This record gives sequence, C-alpha cells and structure tokens, in this order.
Amino acid sequence: MLKQVEGSHAVAEAVGLCRPQVISAYPITPQTHIVEDLGAMVKSGEIKGCEFLLVESEFGALSACIGSSAAGARSYTATSSQGMLFMMEAVYNASGMGLPIVMTVGNRAIGAPINIWNDWGDSMSARDAGWIQLFAESNQQSVDVHIQAFKLAEQLSMPVMVCMDGFILTHSYTRVDIPTQEQVDQFLPPFSPRQVLDPASPLSMGAMVGPEAFTEVRYLAHHKQQEALDLIPKQAAEFEAIFGRDSGGLIKKWDSDGAETVVLTMGSVIGTMKEVLAGMREDGHSIGAITLRSFRPFPTAVLREALKDAKRVIVFEKSLAVGMGGILSMNVRMALQDHPLKVHSVIGGLGGRPITRANLRRMFEKGLRGELEEPHFHDINMDIVNREIEREKSQWKSGSTAENILQDIGVVAAAKTI
Amino acid sequence: MTQIPESKQKVKFYQTGTFTVGNRLLDAEQRTVQATMDRSNSLDSGHRACQGCGEALGARFAIDAAMRATNNQLIAANATGCLEVFTTPYPETAWSIPWIHSLFGNAAAVASGIAAAMKATGRDDVRVIAQGGDGGTTDIGFGCLSGMFDRNDDVLYICYDNEAYMNTGVQRSSATPGAARTATTMPVGEDPGNAFNTGKSVPLIAMAHMIPYVATASVHDLQDLEYKVTKAMQVRGARYIEIFVPCPLGWGSVPGDTVKIARLAVESGMYPLFEAEDGEVTGVTKIRRQVPVGDYLKTQRRFAHVLKPDNAHQLAQLQAVADRNIKRFSLTTPEEA
Repeated sequence: MLKQVEGSHAVAEAVGLCRPQVISAYPITPQTHIVEDLGAMVKSGEIKGCEFLLVESEFGALSACIGSSAAGARSYTATSSQGMLFMMEAVYNASGMGLPIVMTVGNRAIGAPINIWNDWGDSMSARDAGWIQLFAESNQQSVDVHIQAFKLAEQLSMPVMVCMDGFILTHSYTRVDIPTQEQVDQFLPPFSPRQVLDPASPLSMGAMVGPEAFTEVRYLAHHKQQEALDLIPKQAAEFEAIFGRDSGGLIKKWDSDGAETVVLTMGSVIGTMKEVLAGMREDGHSIGAITLRSFRPFPTAVLREALKDAKRVIVFEKSLAVGMGGILSMNVRMALQDHPLKVHSVIGGLGGRPITRANLRRMFEKGLRGELEEPHFHDINMDIVNREIEREKSQWKSGSTAENILQDIGVVAAAKTI
Repeated sequence: MTQIPESKQKVKFYQTGTFTVGNRLLDAEQRTVQATMDRSNSLDSGHRACQGCGEALGARFAIDAAMRATNNQLIAANATGCLEVFTTPYPETAWSIPWIHSLFGNAAAVASGIAAAMKATGRDDVRVIAQGGDGGTTDIGFGCLSGMFDRNDDVLYICYDNEAYMNTGVQRSSATPGAARTATTMPVGEDPGNAFNTGKSVPLIAMAHMIPYVATASVHDLQDLEYKVTKAMQVRGARYIEIFVPCPLGWGSVPGDTVKIARLAVESGMYPLFEAEDGEVTGVTKIRRQVPVGDYLKTQRRFAHVLKPDNAHQLAQLQAVADRNIKRFSLTTPEEA
C-alpha cells in the first residue's frame, strides 16, 4: 500500500509486519522515531504477541535481545552513534553466539565533538564485529531490506544490521509502498532457531572456548558470511518475485557498465549522485555509479566483475579511519588489488556536512582530471584548518580545537555553511 | 517500635558446630531440598571449583530449590565470573538446566530478554534466574540490574557475594569490606587493606526500587536459604537474593571452614540476614549466639593485619560495622512473645 510516511515510521511498519516477538529500545537520536512508533504499535495491539522492553541503556537493549533470541523469540532493536559504541561488547557477543537479531542503525557521527547528524562512523566501528551490514539507499529500500534481514539472519543464525542514513532517511517523508501482511508471511517463515534455551532439552550456551578451537570458531563465522554472498542475491530474487521490486542484493549498478569512471558509494547519497552523474553523462562524460548494498560480507568477486572494464573508481564515503584514510576505500582497494585501475578515496558528509549536486560535480570533475588528493576530503575548508594548525603551533594552551574553529568562523557564518 | 518478625525458619538445630546431623532428625516433609533423593542436581559434580568454594555450594542450594519451586521449568543467565568458568568450559558443562552466559555486566538484561521471550511465546510457566558474583552484580552489572528492577521484570537475580573479584585474582569490588586485603587493596601503609566508608548495600538499593522481594541468605543456613529462594519463586516480578559465599582462595581461609565462616559472619553481625517485601523489611534471621567480630576475622588471612595491635582501630571499626547492622536490623532483639 502506497503511503507518504516518515522513513522511521515506514521501518517500524516493516518490522511490525515481520512479527517480532521481543523489541527492546533505548532512545537515541536519530533512531528514536522508529522505536517510538513500534512501542505504540505493540501497545495498541497492531503488533500482536510481542513484548516491548524499555531498557536502561543500549548495552541493556542488545543484551535483552541476546536473551530473548537465545530463548527462541524473534528479536529486534535499533540504535545510533554513541548507542552503538555503548552496546559494542554485546554487538560482538550476539554474533559470536550466532543469534539472529536484527538491528537498525540510524547512522550518525560519533563524538567528541558531540554531533547528532549523519555519517557512518557508528556502523563502521562495528564493521569487524561479525554482523551482516546492509546499507539502505532509500526509505523504500529500508523497508524492503528489513524484511529480508530477518530471513537472512535466521537462515544463517547470524545478526544483521540494517544501516540507514540518520535524518536523511529516518526523518524524511517519502512515498513508500508498505507490503501486506500476506506478502511478508509468504516471504518470511516463523523463527525456527538452531539452538534454543528450553527446559525440555537443556543446553549450555556461551561457554568458554580456548586456543584449541577459537580459530576454527572464528573461521566458521567468516565462512558463514561468505555463504551470505550467495544467499543475499538469492533472497533478493525471492523478494522480487513476491513484492515486485528489485530491492536488495549485494550491489546495485547505476549506469556503470561500460563507464570509464565509476563512483562507488553506499546509502542515501546515491539519490543526489545519480542526478549529478546523469548530467555529466549528458555532457559526454563516461561515468556511472555502483552502490554497495552489503558492506559485510564485502562482495569482492561481484565488485571485481562489475568494475572489470572501468579505468577509474572514485570511492565516496562518510567515514574516516583516523590515521589511515577511507574505510570503504581500503576495502575496495583490497578487493581490486590486482586490477589495473586507479582508486580515488573521497571522504565527505562527516557529521552531516551537506553533500550537494554542485559540490559533487566539482569533485567528480576533479577526479576525471586526476586531480584528487589522496585521500580527498570533500568540501573541506582548508583555511579554517590551517588557522587552527597555526594557533596550535604558536600557543601551547591552545584550548579546544572544536571551539577554536567555531570561534574562528563565527556563529552566523557557521550557520550559513549548512 | 514495631518488632520485625523473624523469617519463617521451620526448625532450629542445636549448634553442634557442623549442623550436618540436624536435617536427618526432621520429618521428611521438613527436610531441605538438598537432603532429598529427587533434588535436581542442577549444578552437578565434576566442575572445577576450588575446594570449599562457597559459591558452588550457594548456587547448588539455590538452583535446586528454585527447580523444586518451579516444577523444573527454569532457565538461567549467568554473568562472567568464577561460577561461569568453573562450571562450563566447552565441551563440558556442570549445568543440567538451560543456561546461558553472555557477558560480565549484562546477566540481568539477558534474563529480562529471556523472560520477555517466555511471555511473548506463551510459556509463562518457565521462570528465569540471573546469577553472578558481587563484581558482576554490584559493579559492572549494576546498570542492567537496576533496569531489571525498575521494569519489575519477572526475574530472580541471585548474587553470590564473596566480597571481591575472585576470578581475576581477588581484586576489590564495591562489596569488599573495610580493611580486607585484596590484590588492589594490599595491607600496606596506614590503614592497611580496603578503605572504610566505601562500598554499597545492593539489597538495600534493591529495596529502594520497591520490588516485591529482596533477601539475603548464607550458605551456612540451608533451611533459611531454601525458604527464601522458594518464596522468591512464588512471587512474580523482579526479585533479588544475595547469598554470602566464603571464598577460601580469596580470603585465605581453610576450605573445610567455609560453612563455619559463613555462620560466624552472620552470628557476628557482619552479614545480616533479612528479607523485604515491596521495599519494607518483613523478616530477619536473629543472631542466636553473638560472637565478637574478631572470631570471624581470625578465620581469614585477608584480615590478618586487623588483629595486630597496631591496627586495633580497624578491629574497632569492623566491630562498629557489625554493631550497626545488629541495631539496624534488630538482629539480637528477642522476639515478642
């Protein structure tokens, strides 16, 4: 059914259609609207047979899901930013125990300085945690990917993170086709866990494993993610057969076949990018894009095939490994290590910095001319940076960098930059 | 002032020094769960606990009693710690009940999740216990514990209190008493051992959450312990029981003295036994023959420095702690006729 709804509400409806049995929630911007709506849906009876736990922290939120999932209940939670970091011990624990929890991440920057706006710092901090990480490009896809996430998680006995850009998706009102309960029931069977806490057949879960088997346990987690590389496209095809939409899979090509330059990114920024790229193609440039829909597992083989004819890849990401560079670009470079093509790393949109058609086009054109620095910080104001570097050189007690920069820009001017 | 009633202990034994004989003198229906042939042996033999481990004893007593009370419909979540380690390294397990270990600080939240799953899937007959040591409960697990109390989730949390982080090598926790030697509060310098006027009483904090049932128990008093666990399982909502469990390794005590030391802790007033319902103390286990705190301290090397003349002030401070407990809970006031 077509609706004009907020992204968070659409996700809440999608989760509700998946018949969750335990939802735990701790509020953090910009995830809040998702769990608020789910709370109301459980209370009103719209979602039946579901317990809604209001926990004391994100650590408690995911820990409760660990308990409920281990006890055989389909379990869901959502978080963002600092919340992801606060629950990190449980993030690793859930995947280590193979519990098929689904968690939405409303992607938001990590402080300090505290910042509530969008980038991928939170999801990237968990990139090695053993969860499947799927990135949504639109609110429609957020809905569709959540439905696939439960099936994927339960099929593999592995938790799945659905990553959607905070505010840009979570808080935007767009047209979304909300599936029917019948469609979802046809796609998603009831949860049948591989192991469950049950007095009828007692077992011990989560016990210690020493050096004699730890490597094999870890290898099998990796192996399972490799299996997901086959399962994700298969389930996307099943999804398309029932729901009539191509809305999943490992990657999505946006006129990239045959393009000399391919922009590689994830998430909602493709919405702006595809318009810019269409304009550039009209002007005679050979340029397209690919979005990664699955970051973990990383679709190495599929990506190599998709980029086999490209001469240049511009990786655009909203994340930074401080002291190293782009995180997505590192992964791409590893996947393409023996490909004779140039990989540019562009880091942008940090802490919600606007990504506009104009600044994207300028950056792409620089890329086509081979003028992008390595890595390239998109839309950075180097005058501000250099003034702060000078300040730190000239005075020892230079104070807070973040405060100095804003004093420097001035509040009014700062407001104008966004 | 209202006289606080004594807890409903059915029978008292003459103190022969061991108590082991007493149970056999009882009618069958008054005997403890541990004394019965059909006890569940939830925590079975073959585990790796140290000789004289109070925690192994406490867990066995408590879980067997809870199994009896729930018709064997029980799931347990365990915090990281001695109890987790000595009972389970894969592929072995000493647990004959469904059991999960997740992390050090989240046993209460995991248990809340299990309880929610039971409710959501219509298996309300299955009851949930969370358990951990004092470090996993009063320190790192405290946030999740308070959240579980706050929501009044249908979980009994049992804290096995041996007054320090034993699994990591005897470091101070917020349950470590004043003057006690631990690896992080060594008996050196002025005021050797753990500082006084630190720590917290989680049973009293639990009561402040107004949860339906809170109790303290000790491994030396099996009747009382089983009574409290059984009573807790007859109540729905969040419940908390703290069990005093001496640790020979961490305390420097003789393994064979575990039960005796637990009794001395209670009889000296160092560890008050009481129960509370909906935030009010409703029963205490009276001290039957009060002993000076020194009698308790001298059984443990962690207090050896306290008994030296130079540290007489520490002995006085510990006696004051016991006296305060005795006064606060009316532990020696005779019952009204």
